[in-house]
Order: sequence, then C-alpha cells, then structure tokens
Amino acid sequence: MVGQRLKRWLAGVVIPAVLVLAVPVLAAEDKPQRVVSMNLCTDQLAMLVAGSDQLISVSALAQDPANSAMAEQAQEYPANHGRAEEIHLLAPDQVIAGRFSAGATVSMLRRLDIPVAVFEPATSLDDVRGNLRRMGEVLGRPQRADALIEAFDRRLASLRAAGREGRSADTALYFPNGYTRGDGTLIGAIVQAAGLDNIAGELGVERGGHLPLEQLTLAQPERVITGSRGPGHSRAESVMRHPVLDAIAPAGVHRGLGNADWVCGIPQVLDAVERLASL
Amino acid sequence: MTRLLSVLIILLVGLVIASLVVGPAPIGPLTSLEALWSGDQTPLALVMREIRLPRALLAVMVGASLGLSGAAMQGYLRNPLAEPGLLGISGSAALGAVLAIQTGLAAGFPLGLPLAALAGALIGVLLITLLAGRQGGTLSLILAGIAISALASALVSLVLNLSPNPFATSEIVFWMMGSLADRSMEHVLLALPFVLLGAALLLTLGRPLDAITLGEDAAEAMGMRVRRVRWRLIIGSALVVGASTAVAGTIGFVGLVVPHLIRPWVGAMPGRLLVSSALGGAAMVLLADIGVRVILPASDLKLGVVTALIGAPLFLHLIYQTRRELA
Repeated sequence: MVGQRLKRWLAGVVIPAVLVLAVPVLAAEDKPQRVVSMNLCTDQLAMLVAGSDQLISVSALAQDPANSAMAEQAQEYPANHGRAEEIHLLAPDQVIAGRFSAGATVSMLRRLDIPVAVFEPATSLDDVRGNLRRMGEVLGRPQRADALIEAFDRRLASLRAAGREGRSADTALYFPNGYTRGDGTLIGAIVQAAGLDNIAGELGVERGGHLPLEQLTLAQPERVITGSRGPGHSRAESVMRHPVLDAIAPAGVHRGLGNADWVCGIPQVLDAVERLASL
Repeated sequence: MTRLLSVLIILLVGLVIASLVVGPAPIGPLTSLEALWSGDQTPLALVMREIRLPRALLAVMVGASLGLSGAAMQGYLRNPLAEPGLLGISGSAALGAVLAIQTGLAAGFPLGLPLAALAGALIGVLLITLLAGRQGGTLSLILAGIAISALASALVSLVLNLSPNPFATSEIVFWMMGSLADRSMEHVLLALPFVLLGAALLLTLGRPLDAITLGEDAAEAMGMRVRRVRWRLIIGSALVVGASTAVAGTIGFVGLVVPHLIRPWVGAMPGRLLVSSALGGAAMVLLADIGVRVILPASDLKLGVVTALIGAPLFLHLIYQTRRELA
C-alpha cells in the first residue's frame, strides 16, 4: 500500500521535477552534464576522464589520502556520502556507482529515473583498461579514455622492459588480520607486473583469504609486503608487526604499500608496480 | 587433594603438548616438538618458538588467571555465580585496553596496555564489591554484573566506532570474545609479571576464604581481618584479569565452569579450590584453544565462543538450582 502511494507520489511529483531539471541540459549536448560518482574507484576514473564541469560531485572517500590516489584533486569537488537523498538533491543526469556501492541507494535512484552506471571492481590490469574505456563511453569522452589507456600501456611496457629479468622472488602479501591476496586480484596483478612471484597461489589462495602466520612462516617467502598502517590505531594491524615476520624474510618486510596504491583499478596502480619492481 | 592436583597437572602437561602440535600448518607432532628444542633458525623452529609456544603459554596464563579469580570471588562472595567475565570485570579491563590502544598509549609505552587494562579491571571489581559485596544477595550481584558488562561493552564499541582506523570496528568481536591467534612472546612477557603478582596475592587467600564461609562476622571473631582480605581479592583479581584481558580479550565462563567442576572433589572449602581451579582453568582454556584450531582451522573462530558454548548451559543450570534464592 505504502509502496504504491510512494510510487504514485514519485511519478507525480519527483520524476517530473527531475525531468524539468535534467531535460534542458540533456538537450544542450548529447553527453551527461551533471555527473555524480559515489564510489571511491569510479570517483578517480571519472576525475581522470571527465571534461571540465562535467563531474559535479565525488564521494567523501575520494578526498581521503589514505584511500585515494587523487585526494588533492578530489578536494575541488563537493563530496557526497552515497545517500540517495543527497544525490537526488544534486539533480544529476548520470550517477556512477561501484558494484558494491550501497545497493539500496542505487535501486532508489533508478526508481527516480536517474540513470546509474554500475562499474565492476577491477581485478586485473586489463580491467583497468576496460573500466577506463567504459568510463569514456558513459561520460561521452571516448578519445580521452583512449589516450589514458594508451599512456597506461606505454608506461606498463616500459616498466616490463626495465623489469627484473630472471630475478623473480617469492613474495607474500600479508595484510591486517592475516589476510593475503592471490593472482586473481588487482594487487596480485600489480605484484606480478612488478616481476615478483606471489606465494599465495602455491598455498591455494586465488583471490583473497586468511593466511595463518604459521603457514606464511613455513612457506619461506623471500620478501613480505604488508600494507602501510592506517590512521589511528588498531589491533588488527598488530599482526603485521609480529616479530616472526622480520625473522623469516631475508629480503625484508616492505611496509610502504598504502590502500591508495592498489585499492582501485586506475592508471596510478603503475606507481605501485614501479615501487615494487625497484625493491 | 594431592591426587586431584596430580591428575590436573598431568592433564595440563598433556594439553600443553597437544596445543604445541596442533596448528594450521601440517607438521608431524614429533618433528614439531623436536624443532622446539633444537637451537637452529629453521622456519619450523620459528613457527614453534615464535607462534605456537607463546600461544600455549598464554592459554595457560589466561586460563589459570580466570580459574583462580573465579574461585576466589566465588569464595569471598559466597556465591557460585561469581565470575570475572559475567560480572563485567573482564569487560571493563577490555575497555581499559581498548582505550590504551586507541589513544596510542600502548604503541608508545608497551606496559601501558596491561596497566590500562588493570585500571579498568580494578574499577570493575570495585564497582561489583560496592554494588553487591558484603550483604548483597545473588540477584544484586548478577544484576550489577549485567549492568557493568553492558556499559563496558557499549563503551568498547563506542571507542572502536569512533576510531579513524578502518579495522577498528571489526575488533569489537575480539574484545567481546577473545582470541589467542597470532600472539607473540612480547605478549607473554607483557602479561606475565602482572599475572604472577596477582596469582601470588590470590593464593594467600586460602585460609581467610575458608574462614569467611562461616560469615564475615565469624571470620572477624576468628581473627581474620576481612577488610584486608577484601583488598587482596580486589587487587589480585584486577591484576590477573586485567593482564589476561589485555592480551587475549574477554574470555567468559572459565571462572564459572572450572570451580564448579572441581568443587565436588575438594568439598566445601574455597581455600582448597584455589590452586586446583587455576590448574583447571589453564586446562580448559588450552582445550578451548585447541578446539578453535581443530573445529574451524581456516577461519579465526574466537575462543570466547567455545568457552561460552560450554559455560552458558552450566550457568543456566546454576541459575535453575539457585532460583529459590533468586525468587
């Protein structure tokens, strides 16, 4: 009952209001003019691809330097928090969300007839290309996306060429709470591109999973890569400082990889590749 | 009595060895024990010395602490339902530990962690003895415990939710349910002095607690200084529970179950319950910690889940037994 009344109200009041706001700009040009991104990764892709004044808001996470490689640039945009109300008030003609963005918000926005493009999280370097291309299509700027992809491929090729030939070393990824990631993830792809061998595969971890400290020790990795510490304090991160870690890895424990470096499939992941390749 | 103690010690030694040979890495029991004694730096020796040994030692320390303080509190309060976890003492110790971690005190000053947990535990015991001590009946004791646990766990959640760290919120589970996974020798050394001091204080309470079974007035008449007994109990319990909680989180029901199981063998003498409950508590936590590694080796099952599954039905049984008094 309530649902029906809400639907009628939406159909009678809200949707016409949205259309009144959206139609003139749509008519002006073929590409969306008021784009709102509500996911850390689509935020950064959109900031890279969008033309001037095309993007009107990014998520608050994109402004956090701990998670975002483009925090400074994101400061220039008003932040949203992925809530349907605030996004609706921005009167967007295109919303961009991630697969794991708030599902309720996305379905609410769709019911309000706001187009929502949903992006899959990248799990490989190829996904970086795919997401850039798709972002180019959604924003109506395919040439810009192609230019970014070309630059990405060029840099990747030069990193590969300068890469360690025959120097590949067993590497373990070890994150808070004893998590590791395998080759089927973006960070796994970053590690591979840097010419390192991720031991997660040998231990049967393809995507992500709990790696007991004991098994990590017995696997004898040459080097351990852990995330850099987040803000504040936590017990979960204390496992990354367990004394056994320093004892096992002859090539040391690398703690410099922050979330911002690898969480999102954006061209900046090559910064992480470059840093790991120089280890 | 000596027979009970020797049975418990044999059980304890067996469980320590079992705890050392059980783990996610598939290593043969003999190979692993050999690696523990060999002096070389093989990965296997590292696993044994840096991961499994501290885990077993902590299980013994934490279990003995909880069993001992449970037995002492039950003796002093003359109430079989008294237990550090249920009375909110572990919970307030956890609050102290969480505050020490979140304010950065524990990072800069390692002893800050057990000291803050000790302070939290002390506040918890003081509140309990104030609210439900001397003449308080079972009902007021349990109600005071519920109130303190609820307040402490709410504050733990609040502090962790306010933390800017993305992992802090998921740690609420650790502080509520406890775990010994991936601890190091540093944690053993951090907690050990506090546990030893507290245990020494609590173990001197044998005779006074026996006297108090006759009532505090009678104990005074026999020459016991009941006030001093109370302070030793409060400080001793806060020391052992605070240090245990700081390194292992809140592990409930051990102090309830163990004295209850052992009581039939020692008769109604709370003094004789102390040492045997410490040994029994260590055995129970070792057993539970072996359990979490055998039942669900892949996921980090929390220790407190297992002890609660054992303890809660017994708690209900005890309430059922004492319901006439409660009504």
